[in-house]
Amino acid sequence: MSVLVFAESHDNTFKKPALESVFFGKKTAEKLGTQCVALVLGNAENPGQLGKYGADKVIHLSDASLANFDSQVYSSVIAQVAQATGSNVVVLAHSSNGKALTGRLAVKMNAACVSGVNALPETNGGFTISKSVYSGKATVHYALNAENKIISIMGNSLSPQIIGNDCPVESVAVNIPAAKVKVVNVDRVVGQVPLPEAEKVVSGGRGLKGPENWGIVEELAQVLGATTACSRPVADADWRPHHEHVGQTGIAIRPNLYIAIGISGAIQHLAGVNNSKVIVVINKDPEAPFFKGADYGVCGDLFEVVPKLTEALKKFKAQH
Amino acid sequence: MKILVCISKTPDTTAKISFNGDQTFNAAGVQFIMNPYDEWYALVKALEIQEANGGTVTLINVGGADNETIIRKGLAIGAENAVRINTEPASAMSTAFQIASYAKSQGFDLIFTGKETIDFNAAEVGAMVAEYLDMPYVSFANEMKLNGNTAIIGREIEGGTETVEVDLPIVISAAKGLAEQRIPNMRGIMMAKSKPLEVMDPAPFQDNVTTKQFELPTAKSAVKMVDPENMDELVRLLHEEAKVI
Ligand SMILES: Cc1cc2nc3c(=O)[nH]c(=O)nc-3n(C[C@H](O)[C@H](O)[C@H](O)COP(=O)(O)OP(=O)(O)OC[C@H]3O[C@@H](n4cnc5c(N)ncnc54)[C@H](O)[C@@H]3O)c2cc1C
Repeated sequence: MSVLVFAESHDNTFKKPALESVFFGKKTAEKLGTQCVALVLGNAENPGQLGKYGADKVIHLSDASLANFDSQVYSSVIAQVAQATGSNVVVLAHSSNGKALTGRLAVKMNAACVSGVNALPETNGGFTISKSVYSGKATVHYALNAENKIISIMGNSLSPQIIGNDCPVESVAVNIPAAKVKVVNVDRVVGQVPLPEAEKVVSGGRGLKGPENWGIVEELAQVLGATTACSRPVADADWRPHHEHVGQTGIAIRPNLYIAIGISGAIQHLAGVNNSKVIVVINKDPEAPFFKGADYGVCGDLFEVVPKLTEALKKFKAQH
Repeated sequence: MKILVCISKTPDTTAKISFNGDQTFNAAGVQFIMNPYDEWYALVKALEIQEANGGTVTLINVGGADNETIIRKGLAIGAENAVRINTEPASAMSTAFQIASYAKSQGFDLIFTGKETIDFNAAEVGAMVAEYLDMPYVSFANEMKLNGNTAIIGREIEGGTETVEVDLPIVISAAKGLAEQRIPNMRGIMMAKSKPLEVMDPAPFQDNVTTKQFELPTAKSAVKMVDPENMDELVRLLHEEAKVI
């Protein structure tokens, strides 16, 4: 018995979701009194570094064909490694690739599966786990009643800590099926942390009046080291790219800090952001519904408030 | 082109959420809708493909008789016929199992789901159907072209798009951008009433995940208002009190 973590690598490196998954896997393994094995597929620099976040051992399969993501191939390989390592709990990130794998793996391994969890399982007398549902309006606790279990974790659920040293890296023999899905192009914004992984997010709404005014949002984001986001009408009007759209029909995020600028706070917007740890709302309308869901509010004209906030942050950064 | 579109029913986002004593969802006064990803993107893309290439678009829903409102809406938007598997969709896996049990002998070229439901956001059903049917799966498609028997699909990834090529048959989950929402017109609504809706018994299935408990969130403490002239104070609060900078 052990806990197997699929640790995604992109462009040879491990991003935060991979480290979170390993740390989550280790904490789960400790609860179950077993070890944590991390699985790395494709190229990755020094996979043994996952030991720092809790992996007792890494299985690295660097076959060139694994550079191409195909859920059928990946789920087959992960299931084979789970079998070879005697793992009956598999942990993944609730990422775009993770979401394509969780359900497949559950069927393949005849496992009980819960995706998008936000806390460690309870393992006293059974195995239960919770997730946020109904746009953050409830939390559900599930009991997983099968020998095999698959869990995918929401970003920023548990902050990964360094708790060990580099660990041994091994390989196991697997049969890699031929891919049917061929990746022909990857178009990713460079420079910014992708929204689902971002710890700080600065988001703009229709209150900004037009795309030409986004400079103040970007400057604030830059000073904070934050990723930019937007409300749906802003993306629909092509003021901002679609991958910035957060909310019910966009991306769901849970950063530590979410700053909403000129966003009214409609329920469909809140659905994607109300799991943020701290919410700051800047809006000129004291009746804006977003103030009810905020931790800190500034009622004023964003075109004056935002540059002032940026200046205050620059001053703060110079002193700290 | 034989296309299957999986549709599900969810509470509207604005619904007040509460639970009964036995930990079931309290549906009293709740407005239910077709899951927007299923309706706006999956179904409309399926119709676009059928309009360009010929063929049929079939809807499938796993659920009780009260789901027929959303099924009729899907027929009004343009699907040709529908199947309802008459059982409560207790979990993603049981739902996927019922869909796959129906689809396996039907020879569909394309099976669409929405990228996730807006109530549980699990994004599991499409992947599970694909695995049950041993078919390729492309998740979170936001762009799709057909070139003969080959699909060229853009899929959402963190901070961008990945483009893939895959031969049919495939399972696809639909995200924003894949198509434009269509509003059913009067003619569609009238025609929907007489379109075939077949009700089928479920295949036996044993669930391995059970709901133990629902919890409502604790009320958030009141917002702290900061003077717009004093952004140093906001920075201080974010640093000292909230500890996020
Ligand atoms: C099914 C469905 C799904 C949806 N999904 C999403 C989703 O995923 N994400 C999403 O965001 N929306 C979504 N919406 C839309 C949502 O209901 C709102 O319409 C939308 O969020 C409003 O965007 P906004 O806050 O930017 O604009 P508005 O509601 O127009 O708000 C603009 C705000 O800016 C303020 N403002 C204006 N000028 C200034 C100024 N100078 N200084 C300070 N404040 C100013 C105003 O007071 C106002 O509060 C969805 C709607 C539906 C029906």
